[in-house]
Amino acid sequence: MTLKELRPGQKGIIERLGKQSSLRKRIIDMGLTIGTEIKVIKLAPLGDPIEIKVRGYQLSLRQNEASEIFVRLSE
Amino acid sequence: MKKTIALVGNPNCGKSTLFNILTGSNQYVGNWPGVTVEKKLGQVRRNKTELTVVDLPGIYSLATSTLEEVVTREYIESAEVDLIVNIVDASNLERNLFLTLQLMEIGKPMIVALNMMDVLRAHGDSLDVAHLSQHLGIPMIEIVASKNQGIDDLISAMEEDHEPVRFIPLYRPKIMRLIEKIEKELRIEVSPKLHAIRFLEEGLSATLGHDKGPVDLTALNLMVDESLKDEDLDRDMIASDEKYRFITDLSAHVLKRNETDVKTLTHKIDAFVTHRILAFPIFFGVMWIVFMLAFGPFGAFLKTYFEYFIHVIIIQNIASLLIAIGVSPWVYGLVVDGILGGIGSVLSFLPEITILFVVLSILEDTGYMARAAFIMDRVLRRFGLSGKSFIPMIIGFGCTVPALMATRTLENEKDRRLTMMIIPFMSCSARFPIYAVFAAALFTDNQALAVYSMYILGIAVAILSGIFLKRFVTKGSSSNFIMELPEYHRPTLRNLFLHTWDKVKGFVVKAGTVLLLASVVIYLMGTYTFTLQPALNQVDSIIGSIGTFIAPIFTPLGFGDWRSSIALLVGFVAKEAVVSTLGVLHGVGGNAAHNTAALVEPIRAAYTPLSGFAFMTFTLLYLPCIAAFSTLKREMNSWKWTFIAVGYQTSIAYLLALLIYQGGKLMGF
Repeated sequence: MTLKELRPGQKGIIERLGKQSSLRKRIIDMGLTIGTEIKVIKLAPLGDPIEIKVRGYQLSLRQNEASEIFVRLSE
Repeated sequence: MKKTIALVGNPNCGKSTLFNILTGSNQYVGNWPGVTVEKKLGQVRRNKTELTVVDLPGIYSLATSTLEEVVTREYIESAEVDLIVNIVDASNLERNLFLTLQLMEIGKPMIVALNMMDVLRAHGDSLDVAHLSQHLGIPMIEIVASKNQGIDDLISAMEEDHEPVRFIPLYRPKIMRLIEKIEKELRIEVSPKLHAIRFLEEGLSATLGHDKGPVDLTALNLMVDESLKDEDLDRDMIASDEKYRFITDLSAHVLKRNETDVKTLTHKIDAFVTHRILAFPIFFGVMWIVFMLAFGPFGAFLKTYFEYFIHVIIIQNIASLLIAIGVSPWVYGLVVDGILGGIGSVLSFLPEITILFVVLSILEDTGYMARAAFIMDRVLRRFGLSGKSFIPMIIGFGCTVPALMATRTLENEKDRRLTMMIIPFMSCSARFPIYAVFAAALFTDNQALAVYSMYILGIAVAILSGIFLKRFVTKGSSSNFIMELPEYHRPTLRNLFLHTWDKVKGFVVKAGTVLLLASVVIYLMGTYTFTLQPALNQVDSIIGSIGTFIAPIFTPLGFGDWRSSIALLVGFVAKEAVVSTLGVLHGVGGNAAHNTAALVEPIRAAYTPLSGFAFMTFTLLYLPCIAAFSTLKREMNSWKWTFIAVGYQTSIAYLLALLIYQGGKLMGF
């Protein structure tokens, strides 16, 4: 599944980054590396972008980026 | 002893707070050569040492995907920098350490300023600083920049001499072997490891800082590709991934996290501010407050007194002085009406601009701006903009000048340029008198509707332009939107003051220089004829002649009389001047802006409702005023883009006015 499919409050562990993402390098540099746990905090009021917590800080990214981050559900 | 110190750190790590404390008012702001990225320098003087501190843009990585990163990387690696001071937000340790590891690879002397230790403790976490420092092999100084703590220790550390940072072999064996192999092939003497890693990441596009000589880089590049072909990650991501792996292990040793999910202040505020239903009302409330402060009664009050101060106290006294010393009327006119009048009219925006920047600075420093971008992104993306374009656009309803300056919060150069191109379509407050006069004269029964329609039209044109320009002019999907939502911070007075002072000073000094020249030119053109004789009437002046000459251009738009053309030309000085010029030319006096009634009859005589509407449309969209124009040039840092922008705006104004007039005629209005 992808980060996009996680609901607010759910946590996932990053398994791989899709090839479609134009921002793969940037995503890694922000600490979203393979094996990292991320938690979806909330969606923006209009459903996009989303807010996640990773490595102890809050980050927002758009749904189309989230759909290229493959995760497995944790907990 | 002299030293140049580069301050480097993530955005929101407290870097500018620290810079402001270190250097106080002893700072100088400029741009890096050729780019719009700000360059800030300051001096720290103490005892025998003289430290020059350079505040670099906040960045997350030394990758070269943004302008800020390129500028920062090139500068830190240059011989000019003697010491790197890396500010690390201790409450956000892992991501901050990533940049630290990248900086360490440069191999210069370096110290870490561990900021926000108070926030870390407030979270209930604890950090073993000694262990961390020892593990990385760099000195670390704990500071709380916002409370002025630990600064003396930091300055002392900056004065000391430090060894260059030694390389940490943090990569797994396979990658280490590869790096060593590249290093051997490249044979670069200065920071060999750094260049080897960079070649690993960037391949042939890596800047290696030497002429590539006998080395067969293409073959080397293929070898690297070959040895990495089993990796999951792209070549440029491997080193980053390994650094984070190292950080994860390190942080497990030195950082004890409080696992109970404490609701931080940020959590509590965000529960409202980005709430599904409350977010928008709060956002519009905040915007309303910003607007009311700057352009409402308070701003207007300050503006009135400031104008009084400029016109009555300064200009009139200089005028009396000039008369007293008996200068010729020619000099008097140029100085008083031309130079002082022109500069005075722009300076009269100063109170509003100052208030706006104080408020925007607060929004930015607290962290609210990021939330505004977060909730608005979805709406603006449709128009090729990003969430961060919204606030500058709103400010555009007040005054285009601060709106253009507010686009500095957009990191992406293309997004920023696009936003600046459409901001002038937001109808600024100076254009209001034009609509008011025309609506009163021509749309007696629907005055408010006629005025509103201009605002709506401006927004519609801005939106459509966003879509159009994104596709055909600024091009390319720039819209990355990976944005940190930083913790809320209480803004410090010092930052607030220095930020605002910076911007206000920039406005006065830089917009002022272009403006001074322009005021003089326009004054001369308005007072003299082509044969350089004083013009008796404005029609005979150079502007008048040009106006009369170009008037036929506007005939298809329905307002081909010379008065309209001259008013439009003068409107380039200030949009308010359109109305006063029409007043003068129609023989009812220049005070028409304050006395709409006088202009009603002449306007009814000169325009039909349709041609009047076309004229209003044109004044809404055409060329912004000089102050906006010079700001646009400064913020775009490119004549080419400035002319593309104003050319586009004027073309759209012409086309739309044409469409309205001709279309309206066909429909029988």
